[in-house]
Amino acid sequence: MSFSQNREPITIEDGFKLIDAAVTKLTRIIEGKPEPPFLPEEYIGNYTIVYNMCIQKPPHDSSGPLYEKYGAILQAYDKLTILPSIMEKHDEYMLREVSRWWEINKIMVRWLSHFFYYLDRYYIARNGIPSLTVVGMTCFRDHVYEKVHFNVKQVVIALIHKEREGQQIDRALLKNVLDLFVQNGMGNMERYEKDFEDFFLTETNSYYSRKASSWIQEDSCPEYMIKAEESLKKEKERVSHYLHSDTEPKLVANVQTNLLVSVAKQLLEKENSGCSALLRDDKTDDLSRMYRLYHAIPQGLEPVAVAFRLHVTAEGNSLIKQAEDAATSGIVEEQVLVRKIIDLHDKYMAYVTDCFQNHTLFHKSLKEAFEIFCNKKVAGSSSAEMLATFCDNVFKKAANDKSNDDSTIESTIDNVVKLLDYISDKDLFAEFYRKKLARRLLFGKFSDDHERSILTKLKGQFGGQFTSQMEGMGTDMQLGKDQQTGFEEYLKNANTGKPKGVDFTVTVLTTGFWPSYKTSDLNLPLEMVNCIESFKAYYEIKTKHRRLMWIYSLGNCNLTARFDAKPIELIVSTYQAAVLCAFNHTERLTYQELIDQLNLSHEDLVRVLHSLSCAKYKFLKKDPASKTISKTDSFEFNSKFTDKMRRIKVPLPPVDDRKKVVEDVDKDRRYAIDASLVRIMKSRKVLPHQQLVSECVEQLSRMFKPDIKMIKKRIEDLITRDYLERDTENPNTFKYVA
Amino acid sequence: MPPRSASKPSKKRSNPDSVTSSATGPVPSAYSKKKASKEVDETDKLFDKYANASSGVIDPEGIEKLCSSLEVPHTDIRILMLAWRMKAERQGYFTKGEWRIGLKALKVDTIGKLKKALPELEKEVREPLNFRDFYAYAFQYCLTEDKQKFLDTETICQLLDMVLGSTFRAQVDYLIDYLKIQKDYKVISMDQWRGFCRFCNEISFPDMTNYNLELAWPSILDDFFEWLREKQA
Repeated sequence: MSFSQNREPITIEDGFKLIDAAVTKLTRIIEGKPEPPFLPEEYIGNYTIVYNMCIQKPPHDSSGPLYEKYGAILQAYDKLTILPSIMEKHDEYMLREVSRWWEINKIMVRWLSHFFYYLDRYYIARNGIPSLTVVGMTCFRDHVYEKVHFNVKQVVIALIHKEREGQQIDRALLKNVLDLFVQNGMGNMERYEKDFEDFFLTETNSYYSRKASSWIQEDSCPEYMIKAEESLKKEKERVSHYLHSDTEPKLVANVQTNLLVSVAKQLLEKENSGCSALLRDDKTDDLSRMYRLYHAIPQGLEPVAVAFRLHVTAEGNSLIKQAEDAATSGIVEEQVLVRKIIDLHDKYMAYVTDCFQNHTLFHKSLKEAFEIFCNKKVAGSSSAEMLATFCDNVFKKAANDKSNDDSTIESTIDNVVKLLDYISDKDLFAEFYRKKLARRLLFGKFSDDHERSILTKLKGQFGGQFTSQMEGMGTDMQLGKDQQTGFEEYLKNANTGKPKGVDFTVTVLTTGFWPSYKTSDLNLPLEMVNCIESFKAYYEIKTKHRRLMWIYSLGNCNLTARFDAKPIELIVSTYQAAVLCAFNHTERLTYQELIDQLNLSHEDLVRVLHSLSCAKYKFLKKDPASKTISKTDSFEFNSKFTDKMRRIKVPLPPVDDRKKVVEDVDKDRRYAIDASLVRIMKSRKVLPHQQLVSECVEQLSRMFKPDIKMIKKRIEDLITRDYLERDTENPNTFKYVA
Repeated sequence: MPPRSASKPSKKRSNPDSVTSSATGPVPSAYSKKKASKEVDETDKLFDKYANASSGVIDPEGIEKLCSSLEVPHTDIRILMLAWRMKAERQGYFTKGEWRIGLKALKVDTIGKLKKALPELEKEVREPLNFRDFYAYAFQYCLTEDKQKFLDTETICQLLDMVLGSTFRAQVDYLIDYLKIQKDYKVISMDQWRGFCRFCNEISFPDMTNYNLELAWPSILDDFFEWLREKQA
């Protein structure tokens, strides 16, 4: 391009005329009217006019007026051409107009900016005023957007509503229109938010609120949830199709609040289809959906977890009630109940891991639920006792019936350990378990593997202190075998031979490991006395400084009874054996004579005599032949007795020592509380009452839930024993007395 | 004094809690030694009037005589207060040493003066700090056996009446009712005894609205509270 320096300056009048002409051509082109496109020379020419007018020497330098002119052109175009066209139309047509003119305007601004470009380079830069593009956009915003956005918004929202109701709409159009809102914010989202989004969200709010109200009445819980899920999906799609992405979180929260949060209680508690019913009927899909939907809402899972807990508690409670009702004569079917509780646990744990994605909230709910009903008593039996009895039965059966495969036993053991976790009186369980373990070890067959397995698992879960005594019992049994071998060696070597030819086995128990047993001053038959003496002699040689305490109530004996028909081997307890042996020397003995001879307690003797004369096998004849033992009865060896078996086991029913167990545990608890209190005070020196109590409860919670009243009484006892004292200033605070 | 005949002499006990009477008697100085020795003589003479000649101490009989001289019933609290002043160790007996301490503290040496000093003594004992001490002393004083730590509820009832009856009539009456009816507590410890006094002082009665079961009140008071609440319902 060339120009000569001595050209005539272009006047503003002339320049503007040329520019106007170019603008007219431009508008015709971009409005799609028939008009030949700009030739390169024309394009350049337009640019040059502006350029020249700008560089002209004063007073003809026209940058300022040109800048004004630029603005004026656009303003006129907006006001006179664009706006009226838009205002003529309505509804979707109006949207199309808006969209169309928006595009046209963009092109207009772009082209004009090219023409007036020189201004951008120098005049605008030098003066710090808005660029051509900005002027162009601002112009549109002020003269078009501001006038039409309200109506546009109304139409858009109406269309969205239509789409929500299932009709097809022009999504691309909406996208363009909404994009317009964004662009007219000129750098921030304010226009979009204030002129559109706020209204949109309000409308969405009332829409879904209405839907929620009607659906919650008509639909079942699963149906409702499916609709909710669908709605959320559709709204998210909406965003991806035409809404700005910023809207998504607000929109989702809006829908969730209306569809899920405000109706949560009604939804979850729906009769026959709510959370409870779904859990009961194994509707894993629906429950998974429930989890998904509520998981996305902050704190949304809480009502679900509550519903879960309530349901599980109710199920558990009903099992307990069933067991109560079924308990005949105070005897509980603990095998059945414990199995059912285990099954319940498995079922609901499965829900937690699958449908509820192992979420801690649900683990907690499950735990809380189980802790409620697992600590209820059934017909006087505590859950601790029932669980111990359950274990006992499982092990006894397993020992007798080798066909039971190990994996079922192992999984039962695992279940027992899990259940024990929910029981607060763990020490009570330990005591019952120990008592029954003792009987298993001493009387029955037992499987070493199984016994060891459960102890290992209990130890792992509850610590070594929990299982130390039981482990000690096992060790005693092991050592007992070696000891017996030693004893037999001794007998051989000492040339004493078997005392009167009686095979004699002794099991030495370490006091402290085993439950406490009463000793009795039973007068043994002579044959047995010899056995005792010979073992005593042996033991004295082997160990010094140990005292042996003989527990005859735990012994058993194989006797051969020579009945008239045939001899039968009887497997009986030592007490029973002693009674029977009494008849070796006398045909007939009265109750009183037996008492005198044997030195048993009345309670014991009655039990023994009953088992020998009134039970299934009548080895002794009782006179009179009533069903119970009285002190005036007399007994005779029943030589006429016979049975097809050659060996008969006559169990002596164990005394119901539930009361004793509970008493023992209570006593231990008192010591444990004392020890804990002293331990805490020793380290803290000074502590207020409430803290002392709560720390004590905390410390002991692994084994049992201490009664607050008992703790208080122990504190008072410790005060009297000068371990603690009250602070003189504040009697609610205690001080350790060194 | 609560009617209890001590059968064995009680040995001196060392207690972690301070049960000392704050004696505010005149301190003998060299200046008043002469005067002091005269007083002691008078005091001793007075002592001998009531003491048992063979044992050398004032025994229960002597105390009864003392009481009639003072014109005070021998179950009166003021005798107990006197015992406290004397730091008497054994219930029913005053030794010469104790007698001297007590009368010196009261600055009296005749029966007449002693009688006149009783109201003053009572006022002094009822001062909050002294009363706390006196209250605990009352319990201690009734312990007759060595290493004994509890008093039976019967004695406690009498003691409550005597020591707190005039100030807290209503509370004492209800407490006594309760103690007689309940079966859980056969004996009362010092801590529980002290609890009674605290209860009367701190808890508004009979509404007991400021009683809090969560605090460290002795269990017997918790039980009393619940019993009374039930009665009031």
